Amino acid sequence: MEPTNVWDPDYYHRVVDCQWACPAHTNVPGYIRLIAQGRYDDAYMVNWESNVFPGILGRTCDRPCEPACRRTRVEEKPVAICRLKRVAADLRGDVTDRFPDIPEKKNGKRIACVGAGPASLTVARDLMPLGYEVTIFEKHDRAGGLMWSNIPQFRLPPEVLNEEIGYIIDMGVDLRLETPVESMGWLLEQGFDAIFVGSGAPRGKNLELPGRYDTDKIHIGIDWLESVAFGHIGEIEENVLVIGVGNTAMDCCRTSKRIGGTNVKVMARKSKPYFKASPWELEDAEEELVDIVEDHSPTEFVVEDGVLKGMKFDIVEWNPDENGRLRATKLDETFFPADAVILAIGQETAFTWIEDDVGIEFNEWREAVVDRTTFMSSRDGVFFGGDSAWGPENIIWAAEHGHQAAISIHAYCNDGDLKKRPPEDMNLVSAKMGLHEWTYSNDYEYAHRSKMRHVRLEKRLQSIETEVEEGFDIEQALTEVERCLNCDIQTHFTGSLCIECDACLDICPLNCLTITANGEEAELRTRLLAPATNADQALYVSEGLPQTDRVMVKDEDLCIHCGLCAERCPTAAWDMRTFDLLKPYAGQDHPHPYSRIGLAEMAPGGQMTVEATADTAAPPAGV
Amino acid sequence: MSHITKPRVVHPALEKNALGLTRRDYEGRMSTLCAGCGHDSVTAALIEAVWRLDVEPHRAAKLSGIGCSSKTPAYFMSDSHGFNSVHGRMPSVAAGANAANRDLTYIGISGDGDSLSIGLGQLCHAIRRNLDLLYLIENNGVYGLTKGQFSASADIGSTTKRGVPNEQPPIDPVLLALTLGATFVARSFSGDKEQLVPIIEAAIRHDGFALVDVISPCVTFNDHVGSTKSYAHTREHYREVTETAFMTPTDFVPLAEEITADIGAGQARDVKMHDGSVVRFRRVAEDYDPTDRDGADAYVRERIREGEVVTGLLFIDPDSRDHHAVMNTVEEPLWDLPFEDLCPGSDAMEALMSNYR
Repeated sequence: MEPTNVWDPDYYHRVVDCQWACPAHTNVPGYIRLIAQGRYDDAYMVNWESNVFPGILGRTCDRPCEPACRRTRVEEKPVAICRLKRVAADLRGDVTDRFPDIPEKKNGKRIACVGAGPASLTVARDLMPLGYEVTIFEKHDRAGGLMWSNIPQFRLPPEVLNEEIGYIIDMGVDLRLETPVESMGWLLEQGFDAIFVGSGAPRGKNLELPGRYDTDKIHIGIDWLESVAFGHIGEIEENVLVIGVGNTAMDCCRTSKRIGGTNVKVMARKSKPYFKASPWELEDAEEELVDIVEDHSPTEFVVEDGVLKGMKFDIVEWNPDENGRLRATKLDETFFPADAVILAIGQETAFTWIEDDVGIEFNEWREAVVDRTTFMSSRDGVFFGGDSAWGPENIIWAAEHGHQAAISIHAYCNDGDLKKRPPEDMNLVSAKMGLHEWTYSNDYEYAHRSKMRHVRLEKRLQSIETEVEEGFDIEQALTEVERCLNCDIQTHFTGSLCIECDACLDICPLNCLTITANGEEAELRTRLLAPATNADQALYVSEGLPQTDRVMVKDEDLCIHCGLCAERCPTAAWDMRTFDLLKPYAGQDHPHPYSRIGLAEMAPGGQMTVEATADTAAPPAGV
Repeated sequence: MSHITKPRVVHPALEKNALGLTRRDYEGRMSTLCAGCGHDSVTAALIEAVWRLDVEPHRAAKLSGIGCSSKTPAYFMSDSHGFNSVHGRMPSVAAGANAANRDLTYIGISGDGDSLSIGLGQLCHAIRRNLDLLYLIENNGVYGLTKGQFSASADIGSTTKRGVPNEQPPIDPVLLALTLGATFVARSFSGDKEQLVPIIEAAIRHDGFALVDVISPCVTFNDHVGSTKSYAHTREHYREVTETAFMTPTDFVPLAEEITADIGAGQARDVKMHDGSVVRFRRVAEDYDPTDRDGADAYVRERIREGEVVTGLLFIDPDSRDHHAVMNTVEEPLWDLPFEDLCPGSDAMEALMSNYR
């Protein structure tokens, strides 16, 4: 294999599995370490920089980071990353004085955002500090988009939501509530320098089965949740069937339980392993005594004399066909009585307000054609992001879309090349001196993930406003942070210093290191001290070592970043180095423009004063 | 020394031996030796060897004298018996233990100071007795614990860290052992586990005294350019005379089946041990016969004159008879005998003595 180029920021970034998996690349181990040090404000700001809504996401995020967590490779449960994010938000003090200054003198560029959801709000957050005048058009009477209309209050209290939205609006955003944009043609005539469409995917999918329109007791899930959020709907019948097993279905069934539904069933066509809902949301629904019925495919709404009686289902079995696709085989038929049905089987974009002649191209499903890199549509100056770009995702993706669209808008307004994205960079400095300060209690026990405390069942079902999760207390938080393996503290190897004493190989508790003759990757993987079977994870390969010309090979897969290789290395060929991803934001020069937290504060032990970028820390010639 | 605890987490695919134990189960306490010490690599090789041999930890005894090397028994097989004895007196303790309980696996760890200076007499007599013991010397040419003075194994011309050359001739434990009639003599290098591990396996299974001299560099005092026992010097002057593989009776593969393109028949040879285990010599240096003591002695002397570090399993006596066989003791370990058999009383003694009157 060619020697690994660790100076490419992507290499070490991939090692930080959670950060790599996060669409917004939040520095997870970094903020967890700040929580461990009791620096909640700093931990909050590290989050706010990249994901903009730490308090909201700490309750509602889809958590792509958690399945990626390195700890799942050595024990079952990942670090409770999402809940620690909430800890940072819950325990922070007043951080408003740390927000960026908004220039009083504007730069003369006006940006319109359609819809006040997380994508538009992120665009505003990134552009306001640069002097842009941002106008957000919102059809409802409050900002937040699906964050308030589709996420029930018992998961996300309004004060948390409003506070974080307020941080952005208070930058001087021109927020126009109850001002739906009914015509793109009109909007284009208003003299904005760029338009960002962040209006989401507001149309819930329908289920066209016999009887669908014979009663008014069949609801579209997201519309129904919105009506509940508005207070238009305050109750539901006793026997409720929820069709679908995504997170919206979970919100529908749990909401039903709070406003009159006593017998609530979630009807699934497939079995649990194929459910779209996050496992934790499914668990919460089951805890609230919602029945989850698997392998039931709906066939008919049964309505007699205008009264909904229930639904017919086929009981099915799923088996892969010759192409490996799952196919249903009908085993039997059955009937479930119901007084109300909620359809939560997906949602799609709806652009009835965009005229065909404004130069915005649509595909056959009437989704806008949007460039994956620049987020610009086929009409110059009109950008899409969030769910309105490529259909339903989640809040953290919306935030990342917002960052990228802001970069594009800034380039567009300054006649820059949209395709030329600002590069990611990194800081990498030695953490070996602080080794004993940053290592968590290395006396590794199989540490159990802290369990979230929930409000008692009978109490929580009484009101839709009672937040179910109580958050970690400090003690729980401090136990949970210890489970982080600090993957951002990288094992960094300098081959020219190695004397091949084997000390690192001998001490490594996971046997991830090997000194051997070089070879092709597939073959090399078979010659390591421990099997390196996870091809998704890189092999680090050094240059030929000075004494024997063999190479140092490290299987990144199971390294737990304990630091023993560096501690037992007599020549500091192995070093532990703090990796800090420098993610670009629109128009910003400072490496961490929003948190202002660099390695100086972030480095373990808090004593690091030297910063090095990938350029300045590049190896001397011949290393 | 390390200040971080070695995490207990293990690789999920970590292999288990016949006893259901992983290598991690054979570990000991964290090393307190300098980072990069060759001795830690020897420890790792020992762990690998006893794991492969399915040695039951509670059926093994680790013994040592004094010195950096003699700390080694603390760093592996925490569940085994251990005795950290007086300087240079490990062979006596081993002889006593072995006399009382011949059933245990005995692993003696010593150093060049412990073995070749203060303990030289003890070493010689342990060899003479053919005590059933792995006698492993972690040889670095200096006294590490007292800050790097030359030991008796330092080569002429090798310098201290400050540049002062040694002018006294070395005692070579391999030549010494060959001369005294040792039945198993090997030399290896801490930086070459591929060679060292099978040698340790064979040495543990050898029926009698097995001397394994391991060049184990001292990173702190003897890993500089003037040293002849540094990692770099050892690698540069390394001469592997024999390449060995160790096979227990269960994993034995007949030679005919193993001969491939890169091992010609003429270059390979099996030596069968008492318990049915086999030491297979592959790619042996031309005309080298590891069962010919005089030939081995002459060859090693010649290569040393050329400045080479001769390594490999250098001599093995397949007909070795250990101390107990020579003394004709009972099969059963003495400690296991009932007191009345072990000490039959004054009448029996009187009867015995009367034979000599």
